[in-house]
Amino acid sequence: MIISTIVFYALAGVLILSSMMVITSKNPVHSVLFLILAFFNAAGLCVLLGAEFIAMLLVIVYVGAVAVLFLFVVMMLDINFKDLQSGFKKYMSVGGLVGGILLAELIVIYSSWSFSKSAPENIKFKTPDITELSNTEALGRILYTDNLFLFQIAGLILLVAMIGAITLTLRTRDGVMKQDVSDQVNRKREDVVKIVKVETGTGVA
Amino acid sequence: MTTVASGLEVSLAMSQIELDLNVVMPEILMAIFGMLLLVFGVIRGKNSLRLVSYGSAIAMVFVAYMVLNLPVEQENAFQGLFVNEWFSSFMKVLILMGSVISIFLSLNYLENNNMNRFEFPILILFSTLGMMIMLSANDLMTLYMGLELQSLPLYILAAFKRDNLKSSEAGIKYFVLGALSSGLLLYGISLIYGFTGTTSFETLSQTFASDENISIAVIVGLVFIISGLIFKISAVPFHMWTPDVYEGSPTATTAFFAIVPKIAAMGLIIRILFGAFADLIEQWQQIIVLVSILSMLVGAFAGIVQDNIKRLMAYSSIGHIGYALVGVAAGSIDGVRGVIIYLTIYMIMSAGVFAVILSMKKNDRMVENISDLSGISKSNPAMALLMTILMFSMAGIPPVAGFFGKLFIFQAAVESGLYTLAVIGVLTSVVAAFYYLRIIKVMYFDAFEDKFDKIQGKSLATIMTISGIFALCFIISPDILFSTASEAAQSLWAE
Repeated sequence: MIISTIVFYALAGVLILSSMMVITSKNPVHSVLFLILAFFNAAGLCVLLGAEFIAMLLVIVYVGAVAVLFLFVVMMLDINFKDLQSGFKKYMSVGGLVGGILLAELIVIYSSWSFSKSAPENIKFKTPDITELSNTEALGRILYTDNLFLFQIAGLILLVAMIGAITLTLRTRDGVMKQDVSDQVNRKREDVVKIVKVETGTGVA
Repeated sequence: MTTVASGLEVSLAMSQIELDLNVVMPEILMAIFGMLLLVFGVIRGKNSLRLVSYGSAIAMVFVAYMVLNLPVEQENAFQGLFVNEWFSSFMKVLILMGSVISIFLSLNYLENNNMNRFEFPILILFSTLGMMIMLSANDLMTLYMGLELQSLPLYILAAFKRDNLKSSEAGIKYFVLGALSSGLLLYGISLIYGFTGTTSFETLSQTFASDENISIAVIVGLVFIISGLIFKISAVPFHMWTPDVYEGSPTATTAFFAIVPKIAAMGLIIRILFGAFADLIEQWQQIIVLVSILSMLVGAFAGIVQDNIKRLMAYSSIGHIGYALVGVAAGSIDGVRGVIIYLTIYMIMSAGVFAVILSMKKNDRMVENISDLSGISKSNPAMALLMTILMFSMAGIPPVAGFFGKLFIFQAAVESGLYTLAVIGVLTSVVAAFYYLRIIKVMYFDAFEDKFDKIQGKSLATIMTISGIFALCFIISPDILFSTASEAAQSLWAE
């Protein structure tokens, strides 16, 4: 029991510290690396809660794909972060106010948190006993059966995202040298070679 | 014995999924049509815009027919994730009609402005599919998925004129703010789920009806959900994106924005407030009243100083959403009926107005300032007349259609005892009448400058004419819409 408490505080502490570093560090590459650290710690917290599937998703999707993508984008784009940070002081007061209000709301909500009386009966899919069924299997059982409809809509959303990425970025450019094999094979001698009789002293017109 | 029993179970389960699939048949067909048209467009390559547009329009008409003639009795599907009743069917047919109109409005514009890409109608189709799912949502999860499927194509459509800085800006702005509002919505949903342990609308309403102590978290969650949805209908205080996005987006997209998505989002707001949160009416009524008053005020006063007609339409739509919310705030069957009537009339009117805006073209260039309309009653008398009728209707001046929309809304508000709201509504509509009448004044009494180019194709003129005639002749037989709207509103209370 005491070990899990220690682990919890260690993970949570590093999580909060590293997420603060994400927004305060001057170098954007460092920010992304701290973000990755934050994801790892969040994954650790999920394991502690017994949600190993979400923990693995966090590592695979966020660390493996999203954060690495961030890193590439940050390194490839030549963004002047000094300019981006120039408005920081100006908007600090407004942002701080909104953040403060949200924080106060959170404190009010969670200090007086209660569950509805009927909450236990309301739950549609109860978490199965971990000794009988792993989280992954339990999620798989409802994701592809009871929630099939939602799963398919998620697929459609991804399709739309793909259409969008292509529509907004794909352009056919002129003057690009591209190898077209069938064109090359079908070339005939008559189409491309011309025999000109050049008279002495005139040159080719 | 066990094998027999399990075999029976399997066959029962099969028939259940078949029944469920029958209920969502229109949506499935819509998705299949969308994908087929996408494949067709990709294979055919350039110059398939027109064919894909016609294909999408035919598909949507067919789906609307399917929605009206569903072969099954069952209303729920997928264990209550999805529900069909007369309200959702009516709204679905309405948005399908609106999408078909926007596709026809956009065709010539896209071809003439170097946006000849077949993805436009396909994105409209997928967005409409998302709206259909939203309107049938009976669970917070379905609501969110439908909302995202609806919004994502809208962001792309806003940035569709990708070489134009303003259009890209509109797309980015809409996307960032839309993502923020989705975040608010999700946070609200998680708070509600945390308190009640369910996302189903029916279970939620039972929980709220039986539970005495509603935690403060539920109220905060409700506020977050309402904020997220209010962003989608661009009511004040979440309206800031509307003028910029309306102005920056290509006009064909703006037409679609003005005609369709708000109707779907409004339907969703009605569904969730009167379905899941019916017993918390004291909590949400005051929010809706405040939002409605602010929207009416901003829509009326900020519209006065606009020069760009697309911006003006943005503020006009904010105001109209404010009026529609008066009906929601009334919290009664009459209120919902008023909203349905109002939205139907508003949709047809704005289709006509955007047909006019899309035919504002001088010397081969689109123009969009109000001053460009000056004196066009001399060169385009028919268009000026139709625009006049539509402006009268937008302002809600008696015998035309817009008046009846407002009448029913304010009547419902008065019956529910919301006198202040009704009075503010009437006063702001007088203020808003200023800018509608100003357009008429510019068209008829200002110096004639330059005439518009001849309108290409028949679709713009047809839509303009139908919309104008509808606004003018609505008074002859308003009962058809009234009785349909009553049935639709009652179906929400039937459960």
